Amino acid sequence: MAVDVLNIEELWVKYNGAEVLRRISFRVGPGDYVGIVGPNGSGKSTLIKAALGLVGAESGKVALFGASLESFTEWRRIGYLPQRLKFFNPNFPATVEEIVGLGLLAGKRLPRKLTDEDRQAVEKTLEFMGITEIRKRIIGELSGGQQQRVLLARSVVGKPELLILDEPTTALDPETRDKFYTLLKNLNKELGTTVILVTHDTASIGTYASRFLYVDKELIFNGTFDEFCHSEEMTNLFGEYAQHLICHMH
Amino acid sequence: MGIVEILSFGFIQRALIAGSLIAVLCSVLGVFLVLRRLSLIGDGLAHVTFGSVALSLIMGVNPVYVTVSAIPMVMFSSMGILKLTEKARIYGDAAIGIVSSIGIAGGIVLASVAGGFNVDLFSYLFGNILAVGSTDMIIAAVLFIVVMLSVAFFYRDLFAITFDEDLARCSGIRTRTINSVLVLMTALTVVLAMKVVGIMLISALLILPAVSALQVARSFKSTIIASCCFATISVTIGIFGSFILNLPTGGFIVIVNFIFFILAFTWKHIRKARV
Repeated sequence: MAVDVLNIEELWVKYNGAEVLRRISFRVGPGDYVGIVGPNGSGKSTLIKAALGLVGAESGKVALFGASLESFTEWRRIGYLPQRLKFFNPNFPATVEEIVGLGLLAGKRLPRKLTDEDRQAVEKTLEFMGITEIRKRIIGELSGGQQQRVLLARSVVGKPELLILDEPTTALDPETRDKFYTLLKNLNKELGTTVILVTHDTASIGTYASRFLYVDKELIFNGTFDEFCHSEEMTNLFGEYAQHLICHMH
Repeated sequence: MGIVEILSFGFIQRALIAGSLIAVLCSVLGVFLVLRRLSLIGDGLAHVTFGSVALSLIMGVNPVYVTVSAIPMVMFSSMGILKLTEKARIYGDAAIGIVSSIGIAGGIVLASVAGGFNVDLFSYLFGNILAVGSTDMIIAAVLFIVVMLSVAFFYRDLFAITFDEDLARCSGIRTRTINSVLVLMTALTVVLAMKVVGIMLISALLILPAVSALQVARSFKSTIIASCCFATISVTIGIFGSFILNLPTGGFIVIVNFIFFILAFTWKHIRKARV
């Protein structure tokens, strides 16, 4: 049996004494495309951060590729695109090429030098993402959509087995957003990359994700989009009209 | 007096060598500190250096070894700033403020116990690079090698945590270790730099070349190179200029650095307007 890519058991997260997440348990298998949705402030981003050890959990277990989070060292298997960079400085002087190259540091020994092979991988990823022509530009000079593509390129350049994306389409226009979703679908289908996508875009995710988690402090729903659309529990939660809109908008 | 004649003085040669080594160290670390919004760490650690120097002088440490004797206390304080930020959830600037005020308060109390400020303490406050001796030069060279080797070894990790600490952690980088390396190297550099510009102006040597470089550079690597160039040229002009004009060297170096910043800033805006 294949090892779970991510396994979360009974996860509780508190922030300043207040419960942010309660009793969350779910598994993500190899090749899954999981959409995590929920209202603003429902703890979606915290859930992802807790899964990556960026936020401390009150209790519960997180395992990545079968190893507990505390003992996990194979970070090259994971690509992460945060909702926004913590202290992003618009004057940060790095070029697109330099930023994408950062995605290859995981798994390298100090002083983590980039090889010719790495430079080729950067080259290919820039091409794949359609950002070759802006390779020498400073990241702070780019539009929100271009920056997002650069950060996505950084997270996929190392060919991760698990790609975790937190609200990646916020800064994108509808056309670029559709391209972005198609790109993720291709990564999932062609390369077998497991994708976990956090979004508030409940309707769009139905088209792409194979599984759908609805989180609002706790895990309210875990199933396929089809199951979501036919769940009586979800009808009671959203109301028939809202559920119909979500299920038929894409 | 011509340049060649000035260069023939041993104290000028020592000042140029030690000054350039320290300028390179400050400018390289400055880029990481400025971008990580830790610019004032140099100021805070300089104040701790003041306390350490006062302690060394009151204990009768040979003036030649005052610099070395300040190192442990300043390194310890740099870790204190880091721990306050990490563990006590205090913002970086507040942590720097706490350690900084304790350093300066300790220095004032110790100086008062010793019977008031004396000439030695003032020379550390405002620097006197022209008084750099052979021992100072050896200390500067050794610390330069240690710090530069560390920067080269951890360069990509430092770059990654400067860009985004969470992303760096998800690349398996031990961010706490790298943060410690950065502040410890800064502590060593601050102690060294007090001879060049004095405790009062150290933060200028860490901040100004880096912010000037940020105006003109077109990549992360070129920012570091430009920062080194601004700092080294400023120190060189500062040493010659202050000697010729009979002005305080530390202050003159900082003013030259500021002129470079104004030039870089203007150049950036002219370039932007053209585009």
